[in-house]
Amino acid sequence: MSRAHAQSGTDTKQALVIVAHGSHLNPDSSAPTFDHADTIRESGAFDVVREAFWKEEPSIREVLRIVEADEVFVVPLFISEGYFTEQVIPRELRLDGWDVSTWESDGTSADYATYEAADIGSTVHYCGPVGTHDSMADVIIQRARSVTDDPAVGPGFGLAVVGHGTERNENSAKAIHYHADRIREQHDFDEVKALFMDESPEVDDIAEHFDSDDVVVVPLFVADGFHTQEDIPADMGLPTDGPGEYPVPGTVEDTRIWYSGAVGTEPLLADAILERASDAGAEISDAIERVRRSTRDRDVVVGKP
Amino acid sequence: MTIPQSHVAALRDAAESGVSFDGLSVTVDDETYTFATPDERHTGLSAADLADIAAANDAYVTNWHYWTRIDRTDSEQEFLRWLEHADELAVPERYDSLSEDGLTRLWGELSITTTLDAGKNEDGDGDQRRYSIRHEDDIGADHAELAVYHDPLDAREVAKHDDDGRYRPLKTAPTLQTGWAFTDLNGRALLRTIDFLYPATVHNWYLERHENLDVSHWRETAQRQTGIYDLIEELDGEQLEWLTEACCVDSQCLKRRQWDESADEPLDTPRGDGVFPCREPCSLVIAVARKLTLLEREQTHEYTFELTPSEKEQLETLIDTVADGHTEEIREADADNGANRYRARYLRAKRFDEHGQLSGAPTPDADTEN
Ligand code: SF4
Repeated sequence: MSRAHAQSGTDTKQALVIVAHGSHLNPDSSAPTFDHADTIRESGAFDVVREAFWKEEPSIREVLRIVEADEVFVVPLFISEGYFTEQVIPRELRLDGWDVSTWESDGTSADYATYEAADIGSTVHYCGPVGTHDSMADVIIQRARSVTDDPAVGPGFGLAVVGHGTERNENSAKAIHYHADRIREQHDFDEVKALFMDESPEVDDIAEHFDSDDVVVVPLFVADGFHTQEDIPADMGLPTDGPGEYPVPGTVEDTRIWYSGAVGTEPLLADAILERASDAGAEISDAIERVRRSTRDRDVVVGKP
Repeated sequence: MTIPQSHVAALRDAAESGVSFDGLSVTVDDETYTFATPDERHTGLSAADLADIAAANDAYVTNWHYWTRIDRTDSEQEFLRWLEHADELAVPERYDSLSEDGLTRLWGELSITTTLDAGKNEDGDGDQRRYSIRHEDDIGADHAELAVYHDPLDAREVAKHDDDGRYRPLKTAPTLQTGWAFTDLNGRALLRTIDFLYPATVHNWYLERHENLDVSHWRETAQRQTGIYDLIEELDGEQLEWLTEACCVDSQCLKRRQWDESADEPLDTPRGDGVFPCREPCSLVIAVARKLTLLEREQTHEYTFELTPSEKEQLETLIDTVADGHTEEIREADADNGANRYRARYLRAKRFDEHGQLSGAPTPDADTEN
C-alpha cells in the first residue's frame, strides 16, 4: 500500500494478525479471538491488530490487504500444529513458496518463518500456533488458579490437561503431552496427566487416573463450544443442567473436579500471542510486560525462558 | 472566516513546489505568491496577503488541507472522497451541502453521511470532516431512538446478529440489524467501523475501480481446496448456476459477484447490483457447496404419489416460502396460504405415514454417504 497523500512517518509499522477458525454456526466461537485482540490493542504493542478467520470475515485470504503495515506478524490461534497451521493458513495467506520444513518443527516446536504474500507483496512473519508456545503452560496454570480461585493452587491437587485426540495428525496429542510434561516437571501439582476425548488415556475415567481428591481439568481448546461445554463434562460424568451448566467443583466418584472450560478464554492467553510475535522479531517487549500485569495475579514459575 | 494558522503555514510551504488541487492553485516566485480558484485570481501577494486571501477562501484551503495533509492509504482516500462526491461537486457547492444536511451515500445497507466540522478543531488537527453511519432503514429515525456508538470495535457486535437475534455467518447478507448509529467519527474511525461491518469491501472496491481486482473464479478456488472441501470440484456448470442463484444473488448477499465458473465460462446468474465486488467464492458458499456436492452424487428415482392439484401447489408454495425466507410473515389464521402452519400440519396428517414418508412411498437408501 502506498501512502501518497501525506508526509508519512518514517517508523516501521508493525501489524499483528490473529488467525482463528471461527464458525458459520456458533456466534461465540470468535469471542476469545476478539477479547485477546482487544487486550493487545489496548497494550499499544502494534500499530494495527486484526482478527481473521477460516469461517468468518475477514477471511484469511483477504486480511492482509486490509492491514496497512510494513511488517505483518501472523499468529494462528490454534492449539496444535497440523492441517490448519501447515496447509490451510499458509495457502490462504498466499505465502509465496511456503514449505512447512522451514519451521523445522518436531511437532510442537514451530516458531516462525518469513515469507512474502503473493497478492500484496507484504512481509509476513508466520508464527507457530499459540497452543504450542512454552508460555501456554503459564496460561494453563493461570486457568487452574482462576477456576479454583486459589493463587497457590498446586499441592494437594491433580491437574488434567485435556485434548481432543485422534484428529488429522498426531501433533494434536503431542502438544497436550508437551505441556503436561513441562508442568509436571516444573510445578508443584501432586499429579499431572494428559487425557483425551477420543483416545486413551480417556477423560471418561477421570477419577481413576488420579489419587488426589481435587483435580483441576483444563481442556486445551481455543473457544468454548460443543466439545468443552457438553462433551467433556458429560464424558467425565459431571452432573449438568444443560450446555455449560455444571458445578465447580463438581463431584465424580468422590473426586472433586474443578473443570475450567476452554483454556482459550483465559485472558493471559493474550500474552502467549504476544510471545509468539516477539519470538518472530516484533518489537514489543514493553507491551508484553503490560499485558502480563493486566491479565494475571502474579508470576508463575513455569515457562519463562 | 477563519482558518487555522497551521493551514496557512502548510500552504506556504506547499506553494514552493506548487499547489494544484480541486480547483485551488497556489504558487510562489521570489517570495511573491499567486493564489487562484476557478472564480478568482490574485497575484503579487506577500505572505500576509496570502493569509488573508486564504482565510477569505477557507473552503478551498481547508479542503486542500484535509485531502493532502492526512496520512491515508490510497483506498481510504478514494473512498472518503467518493463519499462526498469530490469528483463531481466543485468545492463551493460541496461545502454548502456538507455544512447543511451533509452528503450521504449508501454502502450495502449502510447510510454514510459526511458533514463539516468547521470550527470544532481550531488547531487544524485535520478533522474537518465528521462521519456518521446508520442502517438505511433508519435514515429518518430520531437519534434518541437509536443506540449510539463512537468506538469502531462496537461494530463487531452490531454485525453479529440480525434483528431477530439470529447469528449472521455472512457479513454482507442483507440482514444487518437496525436501531444503531455510529456518530462523530473521523475518517480513520469511519473506515475501521466499515471494516468490521463489511470487511475488506472498501479495499476491493478500490482495486476494482483501478482494474486491479484479483478475482479467483470457481474452478481455481475449488482446486485450491483440500481436506473435506476437496470434493467440491465435482460440481458442474449447471449446478454452479443453481448454487449462485441460491447464495449469491442480491436477496442473499450484497456483494456483486465478479467470479464465474472460470474467466472464459461466465455464469448466467445475475451478478447483483451491489456497489462492492465479491472476488471469490466465500467460505459459506464453499461449505454449502460441499453438502450439495455430496447430495448431487445421488441418482434420481421414480416415486408414485397421489396429490390433489391444490396439494401439489401447496408443496410449491412451501418451498418458495422457505427459500424466500417468508415463513415468519404468514399469519396464524391465513388458511389461504399453502405455507400456513395449519395447512402444512393438515397436509402432513393426511399424506405422511407413521414413518414420516410422503404418501407412504418408501425412500430408497441414498447410494452415497452424505
Ligand atoms: S460468494 Fe456469493 S454469498 Fe459469498 S460473499 Fe460472494 S457473492 Fe456473497
